[in-house]
Amino acid sequence: MMTSRRNPRLLWRKSLSAVMLSLTGVCAVVAVSVLFLILGYLVLHGGRSVNWDFFTKLPAPVGELGGGMANAILGSAKLLALASLIGVPIGLLGGVYLAEFGGRGAGFIVRYAADLLNGTPSIVIGIFAYALLVLPFKHFSTFSGAFALGIMMVPITLRSTEEFLRAVPLNLREGALALGASKSRAILTVVLPAAYRGILTAVLLALARVAGETAPLLFTAFSNRFWSPGWNQPTASLPVMIYTYAVSPYDDWHRQAWAAGLLLLGLVLVINVVARLVLLRGAAGRRS
Amino acid sequence: MRGAGSSLSPRSLFSRLCQGDEIARLITLLFAASVVLIALAIVYQLWVDSALSRHRFGLHFLVTSVWDPVFEQFGALPFIYGTLLTSAVALLLAVPLGIGAAIFLAELAPQRISAVCTFFIELLAAVPSVIYGLLGVFVLVPLMRQDVQPFLKNTLGFLPLFSGPAYGVGFLTAGIVLALMILPFIISVSREVLLSVPRDQREAALALGSTRWESTWRVVVPFARTGIFGSIFLALARALGETMAVTMVIGNTPQIAASLFAPGYTIAAVIANEFTEATSDLYLHALIELGLVLFLLTFILNGMARLLILLTERKGAEVRA
Amino acid sequence: MKRFTGFALALLALGAIALAQNALLINGAGATFPYPAYSKWFDVYHKQKPAIQINYQSVGSGAGIRQVTEGTVDFGASDGPMTDKQLEDFTAKRGTQILHFPTVLGADVPTYNIPGVSAELNFTPDALAGIFLGSITKWNDPAIAGANKGVTLPAADILVIHRSDGSGTTYIWTDYLSKISDTWKTKVGTGTSVNWPVGLGGKGNEGVAGLVKQTPYAIGYVELIYAIQNKMPYGKIRNSAGVFVKADLAGVSAAAAGAAKTMPEDFRVSITNAPGKAAYPVSSFTWLLIPAHIQDAAKRDAIKGFLHWMLTEGQNYAEGLAYAKLPKEVVVKELKAISKIQ
Repeated sequence: MMTSRRNPRLLWRKSLSAVMLSLTGVCAVVAVSVLFLILGYLVLHGGRSVNWDFFTKLPAPVGELGGGMANAILGSAKLLALASLIGVPIGLLGGVYLAEFGGRGAGFIVRYAADLLNGTPSIVIGIFAYALLVLPFKHFSTFSGAFALGIMMVPITLRSTEEFLRAVPLNLREGALALGASKSRAILTVVLPAAYRGILTAVLLALARVAGETAPLLFTAFSNRFWSPGWNQPTASLPVMIYTYAVSPYDDWHRQAWAAGLLLLGLVLVINVVARLVLLRGAAGRRS
Repeated sequence: MRGAGSSLSPRSLFSRLCQGDEIARLITLLFAASVVLIALAIVYQLWVDSALSRHRFGLHFLVTSVWDPVFEQFGALPFIYGTLLTSAVALLLAVPLGIGAAIFLAELAPQRISAVCTFFIELLAAVPSVIYGLLGVFVLVPLMRQDVQPFLKNTLGFLPLFSGPAYGVGFLTAGIVLALMILPFIISVSREVLLSVPRDQREAALALGSTRWESTWRVVVPFARTGIFGSIFLALARALGETMAVTMVIGNTPQIAASLFAPGYTIAAVIANEFTEATSDLYLHALIELGLVLFLLTFILNGMARLLILLTERKGAEVRA
Repeated sequence: MKRFTGFALALLALGAIALAQNALLINGAGATFPYPAYSKWFDVYHKQKPAIQINYQSVGSGAGIRQVTEGTVDFGASDGPMTDKQLEDFTAKRGTQILHFPTVLGADVPTYNIPGVSAELNFTPDALAGIFLGSITKWNDPAIAGANKGVTLPAADILVIHRSDGSGTTYIWTDYLSKISDTWKTKVGTGTSVNWPVGLGGKGNEGVAGLVKQTPYAIGYVELIYAIQNKMPYGKIRNSAGVFVKADLAGVSAAAAGAAKTMPEDFRVSITNAPGKAAYPVSSFTWLLIPAHIQDAAKRDAIKGFLHWMLTEGQNYAEGLAYAKLPKEVVVKELKAISKIQ
């Protein structure tokens, strides 16, 4: 029972509570709406420009209208494919070591190194790749760009592989061993497949992360007005083109930058959504 | 059974080898070791390739504010200042917003809404830096120049913080873009730590007669305090290394200015702009030394962040036990 | 997982084989100043000779010099001739000399964006030096207004825009300012990258043009074609003979006329603040930087072939893009110099 003496204070506290809590709701709305704002602008400005030319033509000479980003699209695809080939095996097998074979000391060191790599600014990784793969060989290349991106994929893949392998139930492993499988065979045929979804999710997330990276490519893959044959030549890529075109004064280039931005963001978001769905479906599948 | 022994006798070693276990162990060890190798190589390369600059300037490098390629005088101070200032602005904007949203999502929102919102916010974390830069250049900068900065100048212009010409680009704009970029990290990590606070803490507070807000703000959040700080450190570490979005909206001018409207520079931005063209070796080494400074900063912050998050989760487990 | 690996391997093969055209790719990097011309040239040349692709990246003269010295690109481009020290560095690193080949003549213009003022402004050397030194801060300063009677200049702050990257355009501009202002010479000096007293930086000619275009009351220096292509106003500058000259092909050619006759063997020369009534004071040659020794025979022949084309047919495209052709004497000398490339 409230006495009239405590009522005003209580009223104040209650209204404060209501106000503050609704403010937190506002914060959440703001946070979520940022994403839709970004998407909205990209669709608005870039939507019309994502046409057939954009996907099929090479860039036009400076100041002339038209042209597209076909070489940048392919360049990004090649970079990502090679980056995965470099980064995923290291992360995956390293994660297997940590989860299955690793001792305490070695495990700590490897995890620490992975954290170090994860926290390294991407521009610093670009400097490293430049010093290692561009200077000694005397050319910019798709390979050096993919190497930089691949390094960035390692920590995420490593930690997730370890985590999901550890999460595989003990009885699954023991069952395999009881049936006479060696440790490595058990890992390969039983444990890894069980953790497959989680690992795939991590790989996809890592891929999405590096798909948008620009800074390390500036000194490794450089850029290219033409198609980039093989792996040893500089290559155009979507993020670098967006950057170059956005800071230019040409309206036509701005239009193309929006279109490329839309494509890039679309790609990144699709990969993210797919990755999470893979994980969700896996969890649901196991429960049923 | 063959190979069952764990001793190092030649026979059991050989049989283990035959079964592929030892090979598997060695192969995976090799790959795990390569991670360590790469990390060490990066540190080594940063150290060695900044030698000229380190020897020439010593520790003065960190406190000199001149960046003069013609007369070969290089100092890191304007870049450290710019990096820290933009990150500070970003935190000032993102932390209240982020914690507020995290509180909403962890405490108030129904499960479904919370899950959906968190999903979208985590998607926001995936948006590449160059896209933020694109929006920064074409949307935010004109907005700042035409509306926000004049408004601030008219209302708060007496403060040195909001003085000077309104370019549109500058510390404030870069800080705002960074705030948007680190927001998802603060929200998702804070939400996790808030969710890990044991239920009875909340219930005890409510039982004692506190309002919903009071129980959240005075009991739950302080309990998760270390974890939330961890998320802030993590976000800060991310903000320090951001390159593309910042370089497109900060104005690219190495200077230390009191006003938030002034153009500035950050470590990551100057490296991105000047690395491929450093015309002398000393210049290049100075840039790499900047990279080393940045690396150390993020390294320390990341370490503190992980420690704090770990401490919170352990605390939660202790109380529950 | 297997499907993913298979897909990745297929892409790898695709990238390596299917796209390994017979085209020879030559990489160059450098100046943004002549980028519109080079971009056009390399495009036309590729259409004439589809087997040769010249990939030029406009990253600034500083980067051009650096990258060709490191050998990561096959040729560089710069509007600021390499200094003696840079020449030595090159020879030390690459074991051969670097050759300068002038390509076109261009002009740096002071472009501005003053709401309400569409007239062409006159700039005295002192006014320009003062603006870029930061000693002149308002548009209606007497130093500027004095030369522009009849134009109402606002009392607004001047927002200076300069280059944030290592730039030959900067080299030309600071070279000019050093010649007409002792304060500038001692305080800032000449270079592709300087310690600017005021202003904010844009990346490339493109970046500066973009910033000036979007920022009211801004002033910046860009190569002539960038101001024209973006329909931005640019002012006249008073030359050493006291005449206010607007940048155009005639003014630039007049500035080069004297130097053409006394062109040194290595083609490194500065023609800013050139004498003559019709000379535009901030003119310059721009150079391709080619190593004297090129290992790869196919590349060597392709580059030599391009240089020959550039000096003969290529020159015809220059004027359409607001660059002045090279003086005839210089062309003759250069054609001979091509044989130095071994």
